[in-house]
Amino acid sequence: MIVETVVFAVAAVVILVGAVGVVAARNPVHSALMLVMTLFGVAVLFVAQGAHFLAAVQVIVYAGAIVVLFLFVIMLLGVDTAENLGTEPLAGQRPATSVFAVLSVSLLALLGVRAVQVSTGARSVTASLEDGRSNVEVLAEALFTDYVFAFEVTSVLLVIAVVGAVVMARRPRREPADDEAAAAEAPPAGAGSEAA
Amino acid sequence: MTVDDSWYLLLSALLFTIGSLGVLTRRNSIVVFMCVELMLNAVNLTFVTFSSVLDDIAGQVVVFFVLVVAAAEVVVGLGIIVAILRRRPNATADDVSLLRG
Repeated sequence: MIVETVVFAVAAVVILVGAVGVVAARNPVHSALMLVMTLFGVAVLFVAQGAHFLAAVQVIVYAGAIVVLFLFVIMLLGVDTAENLGTEPLAGQRPATSVFAVLSVSLLALLGVRAVQVSTGARSVTASLEDGRSNVEVLAEALFTDYVFAFEVTSVLLVIAVVGAVVMARRPRREPADDEAAAAEAPPAGAGSEAA
Repeated sequence: MTVDDSWYLLLSALLFTIGSLGVLTRRNSIVVFMCVELMLNAVNLTFVTFSSVLDDIAGQVVVFFVLVVAAAEVVVGLGIIVAILRRRPNATADDVSLLRG
């Protein structure tokens, strides 16, 4: 079908333009919006490969929650003055990264293509994608049988992340002093008062 | 599948490299986080591609866990950035270099 090729081409262009936009935009808000574009493109490719549940989660969690969190923090803290991308703080950083980019693309692409060609692994070890059931059913069964322990550990991870975020973003009881010397003294005093 | 799987892997390699370039060159730590998300998405695309190559659901299960870990990572990372910005005016990578040695 020509349709799949067209869908892939359009999605690939959207993904790459969005990714370059994230890296090249001077304003962090523009970077966040470009990130949404890339995430939608990846969701389209998930649908094209039959991963319908992951496509939905990609849009809901990534574009709906994570990028909104990024935008929230950017807006909360005030839009940073646009970064001057013209200056190069480390001498030779840009040439070195371009060499790295060429090596990285060629190595990763070679690795992936070669892996597809020589892959002799057993097929459908966990569960086949094409046994008549929907993608959500197959994924849910694998998730709640073979991978149920990892699923439970994930819930512990999320609790830890929430507690960590609260601890770090909480306003300390004593306002930190402006100069470094007083700031160095402040944490022991604050810790002492918390223990008491 | 009419689109060859190698094209998906090539696109994924490009996306991963763009993300890692951003991590290496950008100094605004929020943008660096977004570039880490790009790299995670490239890996997710690879997992889904191999899931369809090998006709196995396990690759998609891994992507599900990667999504969860990415959400947790962003929450903690942005918490750290907020904590840094409470003490000093901006949080570019050059400003948080006290441990540089």
